[in-house]
Amino acid sequence: MAVSAVALPPVSVGALPPRRRLLVRLLGTPGAIIGCVILVIILLAALLAPVLAPYDWNATSVCRRIAPISAEHWFGCDQFGRDIFSRVIYGGRFSLAMGVSTVAISLVFGSIAGMAIGYAGGRVDAVGTRLIDAMLGFPPIVLAILVVSVLGVGMWDAALAVGIAGIPRFARITRGATLSLVQRDFLEAARAVGATGGRILRRHLLPNLAPVLIVIATLDLGNAVLFTATLSFLGLGAQPPTPEWGAMLNAGRDYVRYAPWTMVFPGLALFLGVMAVNLVGDRLSMILDPRQGGRR
Amino acid sequence: MPMRLLRQVLGVIPTLLLTWTVVFGAMQMVPGDPVLLMLGGTPTSEAAVAAERASLGVDRPVLVQYVDFLGHAVIGDFGLSFRTRQPVLGMIESELPSTLQLAAGGLVVGLVLGVLFGAVAGVWPNGWVDAGCMGFALIGVSLPSFWIAMLLIQVFATSLGWVPVLGSGFDALILPSISLGLFLAGGLARLIRSSIIEVMGQDYIRTARAKGLAPLLVVAKHAFRNAVIPPLTLLGVQFALLIGGAVVTETVFARPGVGRMLVEAVLDKDFPLVQGIVVVTTAAFVLVNLAIDIAYGLIDPRVAHGG
Repeated sequence: MAVSAVALPPVSVGALPPRRRLLVRLLGTPGAIIGCVILVIILLAALLAPVLAPYDWNATSVCRRIAPISAEHWFGCDQFGRDIFSRVIYGGRFSLAMGVSTVAISLVFGSIAGMAIGYAGGRVDAVGTRLIDAMLGFPPIVLAILVVSVLGVGMWDAALAVGIAGIPRFARITRGATLSLVQRDFLEAARAVGATGGRILRRHLLPNLAPVLIVIATLDLGNAVLFTATLSFLGLGAQPPTPEWGAMLNAGRDYVRYAPWTMVFPGLALFLGVMAVNLVGDRLSMILDPRQGGRR
Repeated sequence: MPMRLLRQVLGVIPTLLLTWTVVFGAMQMVPGDPVLLMLGGTPTSEAAVAAERASLGVDRPVLVQYVDFLGHAVIGDFGLSFRTRQPVLGMIESELPSTLQLAAGGLVVGLVLGVLFGAVAGVWPNGWVDAGCMGFALIGVSLPSFWIAMLLIQVFATSLGWVPVLGSGFDALILPSISLGLFLAGGLARLIRSSIIEVMGQDYIRTARAKGLAPLLVVAKHAFRNAVIPPLTLLGVQFALLIGGAVVTETVFARPGVGRMLVEAVLDKDFPLVQGIVVVTTAAFVLVNLAIDIAYGLIDPRVAHGG
């Protein structure tokens, strides 16, 4: 089928390396270190926002409307006289939460569906694969917008929509990885001693699929943050006055000409956040993909 | 070969059927009465609502409506827009050329930059050249396209005045194409890099080198063609990215186009229009992938025979 040729990361199943070594190896390249540092800064800023932010994110008139960058207001002020620095710091909470919940939805439902049809095989697999292919026939943004039009506009609705749009992709990858495991001896043995389907999925398949799932979830997280912020930017996700980065860019659009700082900083935060996640994801996939195991 | 072609073409039908079924199902699940939405705001009598319901055919059983929807979707009849009362297909047709221009522009930028950076990185891997090219690729896939679009407008249109922000000429297409193409270029550069590295390790490359061919010739004549074609078959995926990018780019640049129309239709709750655009884009997506699949079979005989 045409659509099944969609670019999916190569699937290979390997063992999860011991935890401590993993962390050391994760920081093995300059890119990964940069990614981790940026990510830690953004996470800390989001967590400690009430302590770090000099102003309330929704307090208007703390400064002149669209006031430029100054010592008191590092990122300038927006059209309601709100401190952009405070809003960007709080924004991490919303943007990251949307991205993480999106990936969680795709991962949980996609991997369960993928494991189930891959393990069941036969007719279930044939029908399931067809369904997945059909869902992959939607460009993801179109599917997400379709779901938003049903659910309505809102931050969590948009996250749910993007999460649903990602399910077929995760299901497809998980199914492929499951198929490669089903033939292995240890699964044969588990079946032979009478383990039930549910137990085999939980105790035998899932642990072996974990590396693949971790990699695709991390690689997908950057996209998810970008995607949900895009919906917010289009007015279909987080709504004003929520300081979500995409929504901030949308709200400031009419003032960009006179006050470029209203757009520069939320966008920069979004860009750096996505880049950091991508750097970490790339490194993680390099470590966990056994075919690249020889390298470093 | 003809059998394979037939199988490929017929294989599209269940996919289209399922996607359209999903679209129909989604529209059934939309909360609220579409007729009241359509008559929107204006106070109407029960009789008027019933008449409208009958004329739209929404008083019939769901299954009948479903079959009717599929029948009409095949011939491109999606009914009238709630908002403009115009036929949906006509509205899509009038916006399509603008979107296609943008998609073509974005594709050109994406291909040129993607192939260039990917090939350079792949030929000289693991050095500073590679790091630079892959840095570019990383930035490409991490940049929010709406943000880079706003920055480009601010710098090149507002401040420098080199290109107009609005308009239908070629110069008004430059910035939208760049902001659309960058994301594409990033992903493509990565694919082409790994493909080139793989090809450069093949025996026939070693042979070409061993017989004393100039390094540049080895890359140009032996490696390049074999390495670039496989990633280009993933253009089907890129097409999905183009659609997504078009939605954003058209909105930021206030260009007319199908993508912007889709967002506005969702915000206006103009469901026939949403339905029509989704059906058309999924059909286009599936058909583009089919065309690429067929073309790939023609270019690379190994695919046709190996399955």
